[in-house]
Amino acid sequence: MHATLKSYIIGFVLSLLFTLTAFSLVMYPGFFHASYGVIVPGIIILAVIQLLVQLIFFMHLATEDGPRWKLAALVSTIGIILIVVVGSIWIMNHLNYNMMASPADMNTYIQSQDGF
Amino acid sequence: MIHFIFGTLTWDALPHVWYTIGATASIAVGGLFFAGLLTYYKRWTWLWKEWLTSTDPKKIGIMYIVMASLMFFRGALDAAMIWLQQSISVGSSQGYLDATHFQQIFTAHGDIMVFFVAMGFFFGLMNLIIPLQIGSRDLAFPFLNSLGFWLYVAGAVFINMFFVIGGEFAASGWLSLPPLSEIMYSPGTGVDYWVWSLQISGLGTLLGGINFLVTILKMRVKGMTLMKMPMFTWTSLCSMALVIVSFPVLTATTALLWLDRFFGMHFFTTTAGGNPMMYVNLIWMWGHPEVYILVIPAFGIFSEVVATFSGKRIFGYVSMVCATICITLLSFLVWLHHFFTMGAGADVDAFFGIMTGVIAIPTAVQIFNWIATMFRGRIRFTTPMMYFMGFVSLFTFGGMAGVLLSVPGADFELHNSLFLVAHFHTMIVSAALFGIFAGITYWCPKVMGFKLNEKIGRWAFWLWIVGFFASFVPLYILGFMGATRRLDHYAATTGYQPFFIIAGIGICIIAAAALVQVWQAIVSIKERKQNLDTTGDPWDGRTLEWSTRSPVPFYNFAVLPEVDSRDAFWKAKKAGKSAEPVKYEDVELPKNTAMAIYLSGFVFLFGFAAVWHIGWLAAVGLVGSVACVIVRSFDEHTEYILPAADIEKMEKMA
Amino acid sequence: MEHATDDKHIFGFWVYLMTDLIIFGVLFAAYAVLQGNTFGGPSAYDLFSLPTALANTLVLLVSSFTCGLAMLAAQSKKVNQTIAWLAVTLVLGATFLTLELTEFSRFIAMGDSWQRSAFLSSFFTLVGTHGLHIAVGLLWIVVAIVQLKLRGLTPAVTSKIVRFTLFWHFLDIVWIFIFTMVYLMGHAI
Repeated sequence: MHATLKSYIIGFVLSLLFTLTAFSLVMYPGFFHASYGVIVPGIIILAVIQLLVQLIFFMHLATEDGPRWKLAALVSTIGIILIVVVGSIWIMNHLNYNMMASPADMNTYIQSQDGF
Repeated sequence: MIHFIFGTLTWDALPHVWYTIGATASIAVGGLFFAGLLTYYKRWTWLWKEWLTSTDPKKIGIMYIVMASLMFFRGALDAAMIWLQQSISVGSSQGYLDATHFQQIFTAHGDIMVFFVAMGFFFGLMNLIIPLQIGSRDLAFPFLNSLGFWLYVAGAVFINMFFVIGGEFAASGWLSLPPLSEIMYSPGTGVDYWVWSLQISGLGTLLGGINFLVTILKMRVKGMTLMKMPMFTWTSLCSMALVIVSFPVLTATTALLWLDRFFGMHFFTTTAGGNPMMYVNLIWMWGHPEVYILVIPAFGIFSEVVATFSGKRIFGYVSMVCATICITLLSFLVWLHHFFTMGAGADVDAFFGIMTGVIAIPTAVQIFNWIATMFRGRIRFTTPMMYFMGFVSLFTFGGMAGVLLSVPGADFELHNSLFLVAHFHTMIVSAALFGIFAGITYWCPKVMGFKLNEKIGRWAFWLWIVGFFASFVPLYILGFMGATRRLDHYAATTGYQPFFIIAGIGICIIAAAALVQVWQAIVSIKERKQNLDTTGDPWDGRTLEWSTRSPVPFYNFAVLPEVDSRDAFWKAKKAGKSAEPVKYEDVELPKNTAMAIYLSGFVFLFGFAAVWHIGWLAAVGLVGSVACVIVRSFDEHTEYILPAADIEKMEKMA
Repeated sequence: MEHATDDKHIFGFWVYLMTDLIIFGVLFAAYAVLQGNTFGGPSAYDLFSLPTALANTLVLLVSSFTCGLAMLAAQSKKVNQTIAWLAVTLVLGATFLTLELTEFSRFIAMGDSWQRSAFLSSFFTLVGTHGLHIAVGLLWIVVAIVQLKLRGLTPAVTSKIVRFTLFWHFLDIVWIFIFTMVYLMGHAI
């Protein structure tokens, strides 16, 4: 473990910055002249950047000794999680569209989804 | 007050039907017999000290294999009962099982075979062989190894618990799909037993997965880079990586089902916004990698067997490694083929159909490599080699059925038919089961010090393969005829019955095969002095495990070897390396511990309390488990030193 | 020998953290799929207070920082400083849990418990599981402080502290995605 005070301070300040930005984007969209189409990708990108910041500055992922097994394990895990989450959303969207129970639900669903 | 102490337990939960009474009686008789033997031969302390509290992976491996064999007996009995019902329940006859009981049997059959037989045997073989193959003395985390085993035992006890207390098991299929498995349609304790036996044993499996992964990555002997590892180690690595990423999905999904049942949540209910299809999606995200977890180590065993008994190194080592890794990665991209018919639509089905077809390619690469290994080799048709050849033919046959099923249009006809049932049994039996038989026969001299009887072993093989074809080819045909799975009754006009009868002949042959294997074990033990492995290398093997004595001393290697190539042991043999004067060193080994048993006991109590809604017992289980972990964390004397002088003495005596 | 053992334990713990991450992944997937299923009850937009979420987030972020300071103290072999920063982390973690449980009780009191709808089931489970992990972390701090007092910063104890800090940072990382996908997304939509 190669922890330094500098890394924790940088990590903390950056995380604080990204957190406050993300909250402001949603709480005060007018300030940023941000439409919905910008806010959602915006907060996701901010989250991913903060993830990287914390991995590097708090968990010292970049300074692993020897073969980078921790990094490999993390990348694999993130890959699997993407498959789990994105795969579920994709599949369940299709399933819900085709298999929705009552006609009333179906109408609402198709209307809200603008058809596929 | 009664409710506080006993939760939802009532007198009704005690055995009062023929099969719960029968099973409880058998368990009691068996248990008393075993206890009696231990008392008569005064072996209680020996059992506790030498085996139960051991952290030696060789001991733990043998215990896994013993447990898996016991569970195999139960799973096979379930299979026989299923077959019997399906053979006689035609037309006016309703068979001998009522529908609910029949459903419980096929549910238990699936869960026991997958979770407790296959996983148990493979964890056993890995414990026994992986440290030897990588030149290590132990796994990375000996305590976790013991804990993983005892959690497995706790799960195995749990899945049999309902016979004694509860009286019903889940009747919702081996994966307990909602809405049937929800509290509204399965109000009893059956599904709860199902959930907790999987959670408890699943935790053990996950710990084992982490243990083996870290062991293989971090504890290889000096000089053994990844591309110099034996194939069994490679496949175990990939399989354990799959365990690590997929078992959490099982844990989370079954936990959500339990939250629905226990806390009235609505993840998968048919009301309040729940979506049962989400469960099917999630559970198969685990379920598909699981089947690869079972077959990939078998591929590794066969690689070892083919190379040794063809007298040649494995053909295309690099492509074998690549193929194994490809299969591992792809196994996470095909899961929807288990529910093509649920309604995701053409584009989704097409994607997963194509991916399923693609995953057949690296598997085919492996098969060609194995056959190429045999080509121009000096082949010895020993029992393990026979199992390999049975595997190749059977797996290809069943694999082609899989390719057919991967076409969504065809699957709409064949989904959940007996064709599917025949397909997956073909894959698991030919790969996992034959792999286990081959592995046990191959490594028996290393572990036990003597070879198994070859002749009887070959009889068992032939009975298995003929019996298997006889049992399952009728099922392929029945599937084409339209027979669905899990039928507890059908009309005579379907014409199914004759095929069930033929399958029954097959089952009798398989039963004979199993009995022959038991006989083989008995004969081999009686004749062990004639079949002693005196050299440590009875098959002229290629990998490091054959460089040790047989049976392996508890410290594995007197001096840790160094390697500089693949099949280093083979190279050293051929180069005729003379015995160099050895310098012994002190060795640190883990002590025995009972903490894993206590911890698993508390986890078991928690599970039991969860099933029967007993608050105070759940608290006891939870607090006890946490206390065990904390107490263990304070223990800094978990290892002992084995002095070099002692090792030298033992080596000279051998 | 010590260093090699330590490395094994840290890596093994990291692998366990990966499995925990996947459990959260499944809970996120369930939330993503079911968040719209409000069954006539309140939605994320109706229920969640962003100021509360921000307070929670900041408390946890600061605790991740103080946890880092504890790590530094352990690295410098300063036992009392390590204990001090761990204690601060404990207090902050307990504050986080209190805020969260207060929010939960508010919902339950209004009749919006986990039994109301699939959306609420998945919300309570996702955020509740995170809270459960925080609670385990708090217990761990207590045990760690006891071991520090009894044994000091031996290699074994230090290794355990390192593993704790990995655990705590990991929980803050999961929280990044909880506050983004649950609270912020709920109000953005």
